[in-house]
Amino acid sequence: MSLPAFNRHGVWAIYRFEMARFLRTLLQSVLTPVITTSLFVIVFGAAIGSRMAEVDGVSYGAFIVPGLIMLSLFTESIANASFGIHFPKFTGTIFEILAAPVAALEIVLGYVGAAATKSVLLGLIILATASFFVSFTILHPLWMLAFMALTAVTFSLFGFIVGIWAKNWEQMQFVPMLIVTPLTFLGGAFYSIDMLPPGWRTVALFNPVVYLISGFRWSFFGTSDVSVQVSLAMTAVFMLACIGVIAWIFRTGYRLKT
Amino acid sequence: MAAAISIANLTKTYANGQHALKGVSLEIRPGEIFALLGPNGAGKTTLISIVCGIVRPTSGSVLVEGHDIRREFRAARECIGLVPQELAIEAFETVRAAAAFSRGLFGRAPDPACVERVLHDLSLWDRRDDILMTLSGGMKRRVMIAKALAHEPRILFLDEPTAGVDVELRRDLWELVRRLRDQGVTIILTTHYIDEAEELADRIGVVNHGELVVVDEKRALMKKLGKRQLTLTLQEPLAAVPVGLAEWRLALLGNGHELQFTFDAAQEQTGVGPLLRRLEQLGIGWRDLNTRESSLEDIFVSLVGRGARA
Ligand SMILES: Nc1ncnc2c1ncn2[C@@H]1O[C@H](COP(=O)(O)OP(=O)(O)OP(=O)(O)O)[C@@H](O)[C@H]1O
Ligand SMILES: [Mg+2]
Repeated sequence: MSLPAFNRHGVWAIYRFEMARFLRTLLQSVLTPVITTSLFVIVFGAAIGSRMAEVDGVSYGAFIVPGLIMLSLFTESIANASFGIHFPKFTGTIFEILAAPVAALEIVLGYVGAAATKSVLLGLIILATASFFVSFTILHPLWMLAFMALTAVTFSLFGFIVGIWAKNWEQMQFVPMLIVTPLTFLGGAFYSIDMLPPGWRTVALFNPVVYLISGFRWSFFGTSDVSVQVSLAMTAVFMLACIGVIAWIFRTGYRLKT
Repeated sequence: MAAAISIANLTKTYANGQHALKGVSLEIRPGEIFALLGPNGAGKTTLISIVCGIVRPTSGSVLVEGHDIRREFRAARECIGLVPQELAIEAFETVRAAAAFSRGLFGRAPDPACVERVLHDLSLWDRRDDILMTLSGGMKRRVMIAKALAHEPRILFLDEPTAGVDVELRRDLWELVRRLRDQGVTIILTTHYIDEAEELADRIGVVNHGELVVVDEKRALMKKLGKRQLTLTLQEPLAAVPVGLAEWRLALLGNGHELQFTFDAAQEQTGVGPLLRRLEQLGIGWRDLNTRESSLEDIFVSLVGRGARA
């Protein structure tokens, strides 16, 4: 008797387990990002935005909405995925995952799939919240969803790596705080990188977040800092890099098995 | 019948240079209860962890029902259930959800009836909707066993299942182990309670310093290594063992009131008869006589040495 080549019950067990955790803490999970976003939209969009010029023909309040959603997607994806895998490592329950007939791909599908699902749900909730404060239209809704999903998956993969790499909770906080937040702020969440001086503009192009925000914003307003193809390509590169690292982790047992 | 588990030349050197296993070879027979004994740090958990896929071997091979644990990890792991030494359990799940999770993880389709059966077997059914965090330590250990059994494994590892559990649970677990064996489940357990091995095991392996010192049928082991002791209670205390008794291995105990003779029960000539005659010749009278067969514990201590037990 041998198992089929794909342990779907195993993937589903992990996925459901992770989603149950999300539902248990639904209020915290949703409330924090929603309040943060609302504050951002009110302060930057309504209060300051009214005194600012339009960016690429879009009111400033609307212009920052895609950036804000992206910011939440990044932090939530990383937080969810890193917590999901770090917690069993911390409590020791990871032994069961390691001893189970689940392949690396299945483990990743379960954890990253659940984290990405949560992030996308959250992104949509934030989108709905923002629409109460500013008016905007979404020119390419399907692309918008595609960018959201792609970003959620990519950053959940990244978060999964952080969760395995981190030796303690401090290190878990460290990556989002020290890397993701700055990259997001410098990545054009609140401005068009065209506004930057030419030298800084070149520097900004090395920031992967620029491509994600630019593509996502294009799906809303049809304008972007860099072409949509380049955005997609760069996101794919980042995603493949994460997959490569995860493959290496499971092959070598890095911080998973002694 | 093919071996349930076959381990060949297994070594493990941890990253810190610790040689936890130094070439262990062992065959576990289908349907048997195998007890692994050994002092703290001997390498029992390491051995189990390698078979279960939690620790990577440095060299050597392990086959589970003929499947290589690395190349055919799915087939190998699917038959195994593991209850590790450390209590590690989800905090916020319910008992039933935790068991169902384990079943799914091991690739089995959901089967509420099976989960219910397992929970009944471990007297957990009444607590099925309790949050794990709220359970006592003994209850948590039951849950860990339930999780390991939820996918109906054919081989069960119990790494010190009765460490820190009360007498009742210990009895329950022994009964469970026997019941599982009757259902054809192969069981490998480690324990520091020798009476547990004596009570349950068909065969016993003793590990010390990363080496398998001995593997044998429990009965054969006790016979082969078994020592018997003859204790004579003397009428008059002796100050020292008389020179005339030097040819026997004697110890003077109880302030000189007891003379103890240790001999090999398997030997043709135990030396008891000549000893008693010599005592009579020397005029040493005795009031009482009793003999004792050494327990597995004595055997174990003589194998691994007292120093290693600390
Ligand atoms: N992750 C690890 N890294 C380094 N050394 C380890 C690790 N795990 C175990 N060891 C060492 O390997 C040796 C064997 O340990 P193991 O846990 O297998 O012993 P054991 O027989 O299960 O002991 P006990 O009866 O205390 O459970 C010990 O010296 C231990 O310190
Ligand atoms: Mg141990």
